[in-house]
Amino acid sequence: MSKLLIVAEQRDNQLKKVTLSAITFAKKEGFSFDIIILGSSVESVAKELSEYGAKRVLYSSSPLFENFIAKTYAEAIHEVVVKNDYEYIVSTSTTTGKDFLPRVAVKLNAGMASDIIGAEKDGDSLLFKRPIWAGAAVALTEITTPYKVISVRVSAYPPAEKTTISPIESITLTKISTPNVKFISLQENKSTRPELTEAMAIVSGGKGLKSKENFNALLEPLADALAGAIGASRLAVDSGYATNDLQVGQTGKSVAPNLYIAVAISGAIQHLAGMKDSKVIVAINKDDEAPIFEVADYGFVGDAFTAIPKLTELIKSGK
Amino acid sequence: MRFLVTCKRVTDPEMKIKVLNDGSGVDLEDANYAVNPFDEIAIEAAVQKIEEDGEGEVVLVAIGDEEYDEQIRHGLAMGANRAIRVVVENGETLDSDSIAKILVAIYNEEKPDIFMLGKQSIDGDSSQVPQLIAEYLDLPQATFVSKIEYLNSEVRVVREVDGGFETLQLSTPALISVDLRLNEPRYPSIPNMMKAKKKELKEIELDDLDISLPQKQKVIFRKLVSPPKRKGGVKLSSIEELYDKLKNEANVL
Repeated sequence: MSKLLIVAEQRDNQLKKVTLSAITFAKKEGFSFDIIILGSSVESVAKELSEYGAKRVLYSSSPLFENFIAKTYAEAIHEVVVKNDYEYIVSTSTTTGKDFLPRVAVKLNAGMASDIIGAEKDGDSLLFKRPIWAGAAVALTEITTPYKVISVRVSAYPPAEKTTISPIESITLTKISTPNVKFISLQENKSTRPELTEAMAIVSGGKGLKSKENFNALLEPLADALAGAIGASRLAVDSGYATNDLQVGQTGKSVAPNLYIAVAISGAIQHLAGMKDSKVIVAINKDDEAPIFEVADYGFVGDAFTAIPKLTELIKSGK
Repeated sequence: MRFLVTCKRVTDPEMKIKVLNDGSGVDLEDANYAVNPFDEIAIEAAVQKIEEDGEGEVVLVAIGDEEYDEQIRHGLAMGANRAIRVVVENGETLDSDSIAKILVAIYNEEKPDIFMLGKQSIDGDSSQVPQLIAEYLDLPQATFVSKIEYLNSEVRVVREVDGGFETLQLSTPALISVDLRLNEPRYPSIPNMMKAKKKELKEIELDDLDISLPQKQKVIFRKLVSPPKRKGGVKLSSIEELYDKLKNEANVL
């Protein structure tokens, strides 16, 4: 019997890749695990999830799960946990995971560790590492309750590789009450680019780009050349240069791509909190005192408006 | 409309945080403090609504010792009507669940139409308390809200979610956690700061609340460590050189 349950995430009955990071966490810490996926029609998602070495993949297809509602998800997961007696309930610290996991914790009278980036054994207990104070400190966190709820920081765990096939099992949940919020709509930011948390390369822009037009005109060709994602500092988002879901930092997304290029971003600690675990960091900034240079592997002091097109051309020409 | 809004004291967001050598905490020797920036946004949203309506009430709640009063007064100067401080020494040792239980007790005394909170506090970064409260109280919950529209007995909110914006409608009483782009909190004027000194700030002893907090917290920080330091690298003199390094040294192209 597995002790750990991973709650998978989907949208429009398509698996969200973030779930593969939660699977990596379970494998890395040596847990046998089950996976649950909820949605309006998720048998195919369950099949996809069955390739990652879980003991079992449970799924429940129901109109109740068509749109994500935190209360509904919490009730469903609670029912599954109690029936199967899992000790650990794990998902990711996405806006979805953050929304419903604490509610599961209340139902189970459990403690919850948010946004964990690692774990270490301490005798019989497992301590979880979680960044606090925008990553200025890492807390070794103990959950003292019998049930333990965890959200995993996606950028800290690479996506799991496919391994053995596991059985899938359809389950019916009977204890779901009427939701007390009305879902009206979801307006998705459509993009052909990889998602920020999944991209191998990210080109991120700051306030120094001065306008939305400049932001797009400079960063899009470079992101295209790298097949990468576009990110933004909080100031750039606040100024309307980029949409909110592109914000990298303490209150936005945490990312750790192979290559992170910070363009005209000064590097406030709140921004660094979201990207300093990137493998290679490049900073391009006019101000040679900008704090971003303190974390950058490669820096270039100069004007982004000439530097970025030049870099883009060099990468495209591939020489 | 009546609002209950959290007003947590946190270290100044611009302050450099250092972990103490013994791992028992962070160095707060010369710390400056501020209202949690997300709570400020929540206070602003509530105050805007009562100003617009010309009626209603905004009540602030904080958990801590008298050191917290300075930040609570700041919230009052922004336009909240009165405040409650639950007296707790060493409030920072309480986990999210204990904080939530205390706030639930205050909610039950105040019975607001909307319980509004910041989506996270910038010290603990857990982003749990609002959701825990909504579950304890079975309140309609909307987290990470960047837009609020008040209908008759309902509110329509836009949430910032991964990959887009979600719109939900909630009947009141409801719980809302707010995100960055909901508003720009005002800076209180000097006359309002003077007025705030005269506003009611009620202290409530923890023992007077009908709750029991566990001896052993559900979540404990055993130790704090510094994150691995990242060393700054080299500054390059040309874009050609940068390209060469990325391609041939870092092998990321």
